[in-house]
Amino acid sequence: MRSQISDGSRYFESRELLCCELGDEEKLQDAFLSGLIEIMSKPSADSKAGPIVSVRDVHVNFGRNPVLRGINFEVPRGQTLVVVGESGCGKTVLLKSIIGLLTPNQGEVLFDGQTLNKLSDRELTRQRTRFGFVFQQAALFDSLTIGQNVAFPMKEHTDKSDKEIQETVLARLAEVGLPENVIYKKPAELSGGMRKRVGLARALVLNPELMLYDEPTTGLDPIMSDVINELILRTRSRYPVTSIVVTHDMHTVQRVADRVLMFYPTSRLKPSEPQIIYDGSPREMERSRDSRVTQFVRGEAGERLMEMQQLSEARSR
Amino acid sequence: MATASNTDRVRRGGFHPIEAVTGAISDVGGAVVDWITALGDVILFALRTLAWLTTRLPRKETLLPSFYTIGVESLPVVALTGTFIGMVLAVQSYDTFRFLNLETRLGAVINLSLVRELGPVLAATMLAGRVGSAMAAELGTMRVTEQIDALTSMGANPIHYLVVPRFLGCLILIPMLTVMADFMGVVGGYFYSVIILGIDSHHYWDNSKKFVGNFDVFSGMAKSLAFGAAIALISCHRGFNSRPGAEGVGRAATTAFVYSFVVILILDLFLNIGINALYSTLWPEGGQQFI
Repeated sequence: MRSQISDGSRYFESRELLCCELGDEEKLQDAFLSGLIEIMSKPSADSKAGPIVSVRDVHVNFGRNPVLRGINFEVPRGQTLVVVGESGCGKTVLLKSIIGLLTPNQGEVLFDGQTLNKLSDRELTRQRTRFGFVFQQAALFDSLTIGQNVAFPMKEHTDKSDKEIQETVLARLAEVGLPENVIYKKPAELSGGMRKRVGLARALVLNPELMLYDEPTTGLDPIMSDVINELILRTRSRYPVTSIVVTHDMHTVQRVADRVLMFYPTSRLKPSEPQIIYDGSPREMERSRDSRVTQFVRGEAGERLMEMQQLSEARSR
Repeated sequence: MATASNTDRVRRGGFHPIEAVTGAISDVGGAVVDWITALGDVILFALRTLAWLTTRLPRKETLLPSFYTIGVESLPVVALTGTFIGMVLAVQSYDTFRFLNLETRLGAVINLSLVRELGPVLAATMLAGRVGSAMAAELGTMRVTEQIDALTSMGANPIHYLVVPRFLGCLILIPMLTVMADFMGVVGGYFYSVIILGIDSHHYWDNSKKFVGNFDVFSGMAKSLAFGAAIALISCHRGFNSRPGAEGVGRAATTAFVYSFVVILILDLFLNIGINALYSTLWPEGGQQFI
């Protein structure tokens, strides 16, 4: 059985370990079956060899402060991985290391078996067309219109005619629910939700294999957040894409995640503790034995409030 | 380190001369290291820009808008300041030359200082103030709002896409702006000397022709090339390394102008030394005939 699911075995094993910790035979079986079903239901997962992203012992420091400390995980093809954690725990830094915008101080990030930072400029440019990155503030180019923004990756990397490009741009914008007349507007004229959707359309325009979302729902109203979640799901059903979503929105986690990683800020960890404090399915998260995980899921400040009180008391003394 | 030693000092409530001296030494050392790092960073940035310049030029759509903002939009202000500096030169030197009965030499003085010195430096200063700080602010905003990261993530090189057009714009257009400043300065100087002060027009031009040669005009334009390159590189580098927030972008814009201006003056000194050496090797018997 196991050899058939070698691709997803790591994922399965992590669940198994989690359940073994709980010591619950039934849960172990459940997890085994659900994991198996999820893996079997994704043909792309075992059709190609090797994980699409592997993060190996990555350390990133800003000045003297460690932001990421010994991060290790792999993302099999077709999986939607959601990375959660409070602000400042290094989620965005992780995304930027995956795409090669940041070079880790130690360790390496492999994309499809190759280290991005060791590639030549030309090869790196070619590899980057296989990514789609949705930025937190959309990061549309102010000086270009919406149409030019979405067309940008195609103009850079393909020889398609203007007419073909225009058609693709309109199709992509329609997919994210934006009308045709939007292409002549400048980013400043659009609302936050519309800008995010344009950002998504721009990231999708070259049919990427790996989509990276940096806090896709932050700063949006609940309705627009749900629209974005739905778009992430639709993207996955329409294209054979692997996604890594960084968020602190538990609704997003419940709606889109196949697997959840939870990061913890290094400043609050002891030197020996691992920075990834949860790796498993979104459903299991609530039942985690780690109070840091359950508090995050329920949005309870808990110890943090006590710390604040202690600090203010210490000051007044 | 500094904050730790400060709190120690507060706690112990005394002044420790040894700590103060070692602290000062380490501060100076830190500043020197920071300075050398920053200089190395600018040089690397310049080399990367030059490397892109030799491999692939940007498309017309990205070149033309930056040429327009750098060249066309700078013309009026360069022309205006040029005119006034020409008139100011006439006002300042008239009394002295009149005392020596050499009023007609005014043409030579004004026009020579314009084409050799004031035209290029003035055009460069205006470009640094008008275009340099705007470029730093624009690129700084792009850095802060992750637009530069977005470019990279889409497989476009930010230096190729953002810096090379601005660099080319400054490099190609600053000699033309210099010519404009020179020309308007000559017009302004002529207007004040001949029309207002009543100096004889024929002798004014005759003296100008005698003392201002092609070498003077072209050496001024050659200098301006170096200024243009420095402005573009410094301003883009400041923008690329902008700190977050409105304050960071504001600082990027002001430091872009200040650093550009300082570098323009330093370059000016050394280029003048070089140009004089070149002149005396080309025309050993000629030298400076004036005065």
